[in-house]
Order: sequence, then C-alpha cells, then structure tokens
Amino acid sequence: MEGDIAELGKYIGVGLTAIGMGGAAMGVGNVAGNFLSGALRNPSAAASQTATLFIGMAFAEALGIFSFLVALLLMFAV
Amino acid sequence: MATEAHGAEESSLVFHPMDQFIVKPLFGDGEVHWYTITNATLWMAIAVVVVLLLMVLGTSGRNRVPSRVQSIAEMAYGFVYKMVEDVAGKDAIRFFPYVFTLFMFIVLANLLGLLPMAFTPTSHFSVTIVLALAVFLTVTVTGFVLHGTHFLGLFWVSSAPLVLRPLLALIEIISYFVRPVSHSIRLAGNMMAGHAVIKVFAGFAAIAAVSPISVIAITGMYGLELLVAFIQAYVFTILTCVYLKDALHPAH
Amino acid sequence: MATITEDAAGHAAEAAGHAAESAGMPQLDFSTWGNQIFWLIVTLVVMYLILSRVALPRLGAVLADRAGTIANDIAQAEELKQKAKEAEAAYDKALADARSEAHKIVESTRAEIQKDLDAAIAKADAEIAEKVAEGEKAIAEIRAGALEAAETVAKDTAAEIVSALGFSTDGADVDAAVSERMKG
Repeated sequence: MEGDIAELGKYIGVGLTAIGMGGAAMGVGNVAGNFLSGALRNPSAAASQTATLFIGMAFAEALGIFSFLVALLLMFAV
Repeated sequence: MATEAHGAEESSLVFHPMDQFIVKPLFGDGEVHWYTITNATLWMAIAVVVVLLLMVLGTSGRNRVPSRVQSIAEMAYGFVYKMVEDVAGKDAIRFFPYVFTLFMFIVLANLLGLLPMAFTPTSHFSVTIVLALAVFLTVTVTGFVLHGTHFLGLFWVSSAPLVLRPLLALIEIISYFVRPVSHSIRLAGNMMAGHAVIKVFAGFAAIAAVSPISVIAITGMYGLELLVAFIQAYVFTILTCVYLKDALHPAH
Repeated sequence: MATITEDAAGHAAEAAGHAAESAGMPQLDFSTWGNQIFWLIVTLVVMYLILSRVALPRLGAVLADRAGTIANDIAQAEELKQKAKEAEAAYDKALADARSEAHKIVESTRAEIQKDLDAAIAKADAEIAEKVAEGEKAIAEIRAGALEAAETVAKDTAAEIVSALGFSTDGADVDAAVSERMKG
C-alpha cells in the first residue's frame, strides 16, 4: 500500500501541473487579445506585426508546454 | 477502480497514449541499432519523397504560369523567403536554403504525422534537439565568424544603466543558452501533446456512453492539430530567423 | 481479500512489464536516440542537397523569369499606351486639318458659284431686256399696222356709205375727213 501512496502523490502532482497550462492559456489569450485591440486601432500596422504576434504566442505557449512536459515526466519517467 | 481498468485493458481498443511514439524496427523485432531502419526512418524518408514530388517533380515544367503543384512550391518558397528577408534581413538570404530545409522538414514531418498510423519524427526530443542545436551552433559560429568578440556585445546591453549591465548580461547569457532548449521542447511538446490528447480521446471511444463525444472531440482536436502542425513549423522557422538576425546584427 | 491482493500484484507486475518495455516515455528511451539522430541527419542532408542544388535555384529562376516577364509586359503596355496617345493626337490633328481644308474648299466653291450665278443672272437680265424691247417693237408695229388697216377700212366704209347715200364724191375728200376724225 505504500507504493500506492507514492502513486497517489504522483497523480496529484500531475493534476497540479495542469494549472501551468491554464497560465499558458491566459498568456496566449493576452497576447492575441492585445494584438487584436492594437490591430483594430491601427490596422495598417497589423500586417507587419503578425510575425511578432506568433513569436510572442510561441514564447507564452512554450511555458505551458513545459508544464505538460513535467506532467509527462511525472507520469511516465518518475 | 483497478478491476475496472483491468477489465478495460482486455478489450481490443485500449492502448497506451504514448505507444504511438515508440521507435521500432521496420523489419523484424531486433534491437534498435543506430543504423536500423525504423518507423522513424520510414516517415523521414516519406518526407524526403514528398519534398522530391513537390519541389522537384512539381516544378519540372518551369512554367511561367504555374501548375497547381508548382504554385504550392512557389507559395512555400515565397513564404519562407519573405520571412527570412523581413525578419533576419537582406544579408540572411545566404541562409535561405538552410532555413527552407528546416521549414520543409518540420512542416512535412508534422503534417505527415497526422495521418492515421503515422509516426511523427518531430514529436521526439532527440530529433528536435538536433534541429535546435544545429540552429544554435549555426547562429553562434556565424556570429563569431562575422563579428569576432564584438558578437559578445549581444550580452552587454549598452543602452542600460551601467549598474544594471552585469545583471542584464547574466540574464541575456542564460536566455541565450536556454534558446535551444525552449526551441526544441516547444516543437516536440506541441506535437506530442496533440497526438497524446487525440489518443486519450480515442481511448474513451471504447466506452459506449461517451464514444460520440469522444469522436467529436477527436475531430475537433484533429483540426486544431492541423493548425498547430503548421504554426509550430512557422514558429520554429521564424525563431530561427530571429536568432540569425542576432548573429548578423548583434548590436541591440 | 486474496483476489484483491492478487489483482493488485498482477497489476503492478503488468505495470512494471510495461515500464520495462517502453521505458515510460518513448521519447526518453535513450537507446533509440542514436538511431533517430543518425537518420535525421541523413534526411536533412538529403533534403538540403535536393533543395539547394535543384529545387530552390529552379524556383528562384522561375520566379525571377515571371517577375521579369511581368515588368517587361508592363513596360511594353506603357509604351503601347504612349503610342496610342500619340496616334490619337495625330488623328485629332489630321481631323482638324481636314475640317479646316473642307471649310476652305466650301468657301471657295461657294464664291465661285456665286460669281457664276451673278454672271448668269446678268446675262439672263440682258436677254430678257432685249426680248422685251423686241416685243415692244413688235407690238408697236402691230399697233401701227392695225391703225392703218382700221383707217383703210374706215375710209372704204365711209366711201361706201357716202356712195350709198347717193352723194358723189371723190375718194380724196372722204379719206381726208376720215383721217381728220381718226386723229381727233
């Protein structure tokens, strides 16, 4: 049964890492929302900034992916 | 709980979500040596064949008015060319074949990996780490060859107050060396996450009550994954261009 | 109880077997890394050679050729437009010239016709005047002839009347009297 408690802790930890993905979701939403409001204010500048938009989204999303990675490591590698 | 899981495992539809990423020999059941032809080899080779069909056979007409395949090839060419030119600058054009190779490999591996039963090479850290390290080494070597020690100015933010500069330099150096890590894990993590989620939903399809929801969810995820497959290739390429710009114009 | 423990043990053994088989995440199974890295490098090199030796120069040439053709066509179209404009201007000028020429011709023709007309009218007037004079002369002659004839008839009639009345007389007296009356 002690092994099962370790198992339990593992799964709780994996569940907690999902919060990290929520943070990434907020970050990506923030990037996209601010881009949209900026683009609506100045549509002529929007096209030249889409690359920056994707870079920003990629950075925000990468951190969410890190939490997913931690979850996977906990699930399968620990 | 345990018995239920055990019972489910006996039905044919149950599988481990990560099983799709297992590298296994294509012929026979032997050990995986470095030269063994595996499913990873197969799908990389398919990507090469698609490149041959699209970029070489499709453009063999050299038509002034392009055929359908040639327009796709031209679109890809124009897309990456414009990205390199806009983000990294005009003098980065000599890296264009390199960047284009990375883009084609990643986008084809991602998209081909979405075919049922396919293997996705880009979902493996071994592959993406090699890709990211190749970019990292190219950028570092180019920077030092072109600018010598002046390239280290990248870490010394001359526009900041003098007191803050050592601290900023430390942060810049850390962020510089974290680049290949985030660069590779982003791609592999995205591909792995999408495929694993689809497989998890597919596992739910075995339970009759939720199987319609699961099929709808798989359909939705699949559409999202198509988008992600392209966007991750785009992001990898554009970050390569951003890093190349640092190597070519290190001044902040 | 026994079944539960047995079940749990079986489960654990199965999980262990699973772990040994796939080492948890296949991505972290380092025994396959060498294989994947080797084939990745092979793939990338082959792809790079295909793209940089064949595909990209060809596509670049096709795109440059197309851009050149389009630029050429636009320049040609511009030239043709210029030419069309010149032709239009020339046509307008020719039209204006022709119009003024026609006007001139009309004017001169009109003047000529007027001259001819005037001459013809003058000639016709002269002819008419001549004819009128001739006619008047003829009328005068006729009138004179008629008077003479009337006088003769009157004289003869008078002489006849006189002789019928039983008076003898010579013609001369009667004639003189008639002439006298007729003048009256």
